[in-house]
Amino acid sequence: MFKTIANLQIGEKAYIEKLCLENIPLVLLEMGCLPGIEVQLIQTAPLNDPLYIKVNGSHLAIRRETAEKITVVK
Amino acid sequence: MSNEKVIKVALIGNPNTGKTSLFNQLTGLKQKVGNYPGITVEKKQGICKLSDTVKAEITDLPGTYSINPTSLDETLVLDTLLNEQNDSFPDVVVVVVEIENIKRNLLLFTQIKDLNIPTILVINMIDQMKRKGIDIDVKQLEEKLNTKIVLASARKKVGIEELKEVILDYEKLDTQSIAKITDRIDEEYFTKLKNAFPEFPLYKSWLLITQNNEFDFLGDEQRKLVLKFKEDLDCIKRYQHKETILRYQIINNVLKSSFNVDTSKATDLRGILDRILTHKIFGYVIFALILLFIFQGIFEWATYPMDIIDGAFASLSSWIKTVLPAGTFTNLIAEGIVPGIGGVVIFIPQIAILFTFISILEETGYMSRVVFLMDKIMRKFGMSGKSVIPLISGTACSIPAIMASRNIGNWKERLITILVIPFTTCSARLPVYAILIALIIPSKSVLGILNLQGLTMMALYLLGFTAAIFSAILLNKILKIESKTLFVIEMPNYKIPSIKNIFYEVVEKTKAFVFGAGKIILAISIVLWFLASNGASKFKNAEETITAQVESKQLTKEEFQKKVASYKLEHSFIGYMGKSIEPVIKPMGYDWKIGIALISSFAAREVFVGALATIYNVDSDSENSGTIKQRMAAELNPETGEKRFNFPTGVSLLLFYAFAMQCVGTLAIVKRETNSWKWPILQLVGMGILAYVSAVIAFNILS
Repeated sequence: MFKTIANLQIGEKAYIEKLCLENIPLVLLEMGCLPGIEVQLIQTAPLNDPLYIKVNGSHLAIRRETAEKITVVK
Repeated sequence: MSNEKVIKVALIGNPNTGKTSLFNQLTGLKQKVGNYPGITVEKKQGICKLSDTVKAEITDLPGTYSINPTSLDETLVLDTLLNEQNDSFPDVVVVVVEIENIKRNLLLFTQIKDLNIPTILVINMIDQMKRKGIDIDVKQLEEKLNTKIVLASARKKVGIEELKEVILDYEKLDTQSIAKITDRIDEEYFTKLKNAFPEFPLYKSWLLITQNNEFDFLGDEQRKLVLKFKEDLDCIKRYQHKETILRYQIINNVLKSSFNVDTSKATDLRGILDRILTHKIFGYVIFALILLFIFQGIFEWATYPMDIIDGAFASLSSWIKTVLPAGTFTNLIAEGIVPGIGGVVIFIPQIAILFTFISILEETGYMSRVVFLMDKIMRKFGMSGKSVIPLISGTACSIPAIMASRNIGNWKERLITILVIPFTTCSARLPVYAILIALIIPSKSVLGILNLQGLTMMALYLLGFTAAIFSAILLNKILKIESKTLFVIEMPNYKIPSIKNIFYEVVEKTKAFVFGAGKIILAISIVLWFLASNGASKFKNAEETITAQVESKQLTKEEFQKKVASYKLEHSFIGYMGKSIEPVIKPMGYDWKIGIALISSFAAREVFVGALATIYNVDSDSENSGTIKQRMAAELNPETGEKRFNFPTGVSLLLFYAFAMQCVGTLAIVKRETNSWKWPILQLVGMGILAYVSAVIAFNILS
């Protein structure tokens, strides 16, 4: 099974492997969410959604459905 | 002065870079807010004197992460930079970046640089450099980015003068692109594109074919070419992806040698605050407390200046009557214009207080945490976490709130937000609520600290939010719209708010309300006064009619005058209007006088109080005018002999005003924002039915 940002534990870091292009807003890439970049899950919102991540020096919140489309490797 | 040279400057940057602080420092109070032609986005412009003969006209464009827009207000940046015929097409672009997020901020800079417009880079917040352990080699960075760099700290007024000098010398700036990115994506493709539009810079042509918007400045031939390139959408998407990766490669290379961060110096204040403010329990508790504090503030603090304003305008009216000779003109001023202006001015304290709170929350970075906390919950109602800010803004006025929904990228979520915003208790409802509550709810304290009147007000706010939520759930079920999620928000660093920024924001928003909504209120007050003091033949012969009626009775002069006045009102134009709707509004417990106020309220709710003031002022004799509230409390129902504004009627009115869509300004904005009459009509009818039915039910149960 692929591991995605949505599967990360809080505080866990990993590298972005692939983004499912069709479903990912371009702005997310433009904010630095790119293959090969380190991503850390900082926190999840109270109902486990959205996810608060740190990527490429930016602190972003994305929805779980988006996070599930970004695969990561250790 | 016509011989002054004007340089057009566009200020661009990511959100949270201190761009607005810089704009405020450059222009001070010489700002104006206009509208972009055709759309309602505010265009913030200001003038800055550069030298004795040259000034800069600075446009503060909406914050954006990229030139590729994801929401309506970001589209403006693209439009401004691509359309050379545009009024505000810049001679020079100032890109503001924040030192801590420089890598991401530079993406936008490299995009703009590729448009071959003279571009200056301002690196802001350099006062944080030491604390964050950051080190930059400016000379090297300037060389690699092919630009002039100004280090600034807008809040501390550092670098402002230097920036002015660089703007003055903008013609010396190099307009070459940083790197030929297009060649590295697909040389063949981009050569084809270049040959198709030889008149444009290559990157501009690329933007033309990648966007969804229509560009008016293109000719028919050019449009056809754009459409032809757009056919291969997959390819465009792939290349956009590639472009972004390449841009980051370039930026990383540039920064590797000229920018250094010593991470050991970073503190984790942000982490600690985040853990508390977005905690699954404390997060909501804190948010609820902040909301409670804001509302308490609005009602407690604003009442003092509002009472003073109310009293002052009442005495001004009486004073004018004693000073000016009696006649139509004096009446127009004392009974039409002065209460009309008073009806506008009275809102200023509440609007100013609310916007002060909202801008503090935005400036500190807390608002993003609210979006984060609320997103999942709001999504259950078909909205987005980003809907929370418009819904809170709606407690001041629906019009700016609906415009604030532009940053919601998902169309369905945005539409639902726009449709339910008018349920939130806007400040125009406040005076209606305030006066009705004062009339029907005793001012008792509950549990020692809470006031019963205050609690009723709070309940009405909750009622508004509940109505908004339930109608959102309903709309979410009914509306069949498929739209993609574009939810990405930045969680900015926490900042201490700048008093200057808050001040300008509050002044701007208050001014917009006074001159926007204010005009309608004043105009309607004057029209109402006219309709109330003129009528057909029965009105003109009032004195004779009454004289004939009361011949046998012995009346004092005062009693006689009163009878004439009330006969006149009944037979004035507005009296007829009120009477003609009386059968419809009777089930809610209203008479024709309240009917008059209802009619006037359909232009704007706040006119209710002003209308009643006008009606009862004309009705009562001038020596005994007093404040509006006293006049309303004294009004009796001739059928029952009870007070007109008794408990059942009061509750029925409160419900009617809570639910009905009585604001022409909002309807107009909804039409413009949704580009269709369908949605404002849906609001008008849907909310109207709900208001009528609930008012009828409440009145009949209570009486």
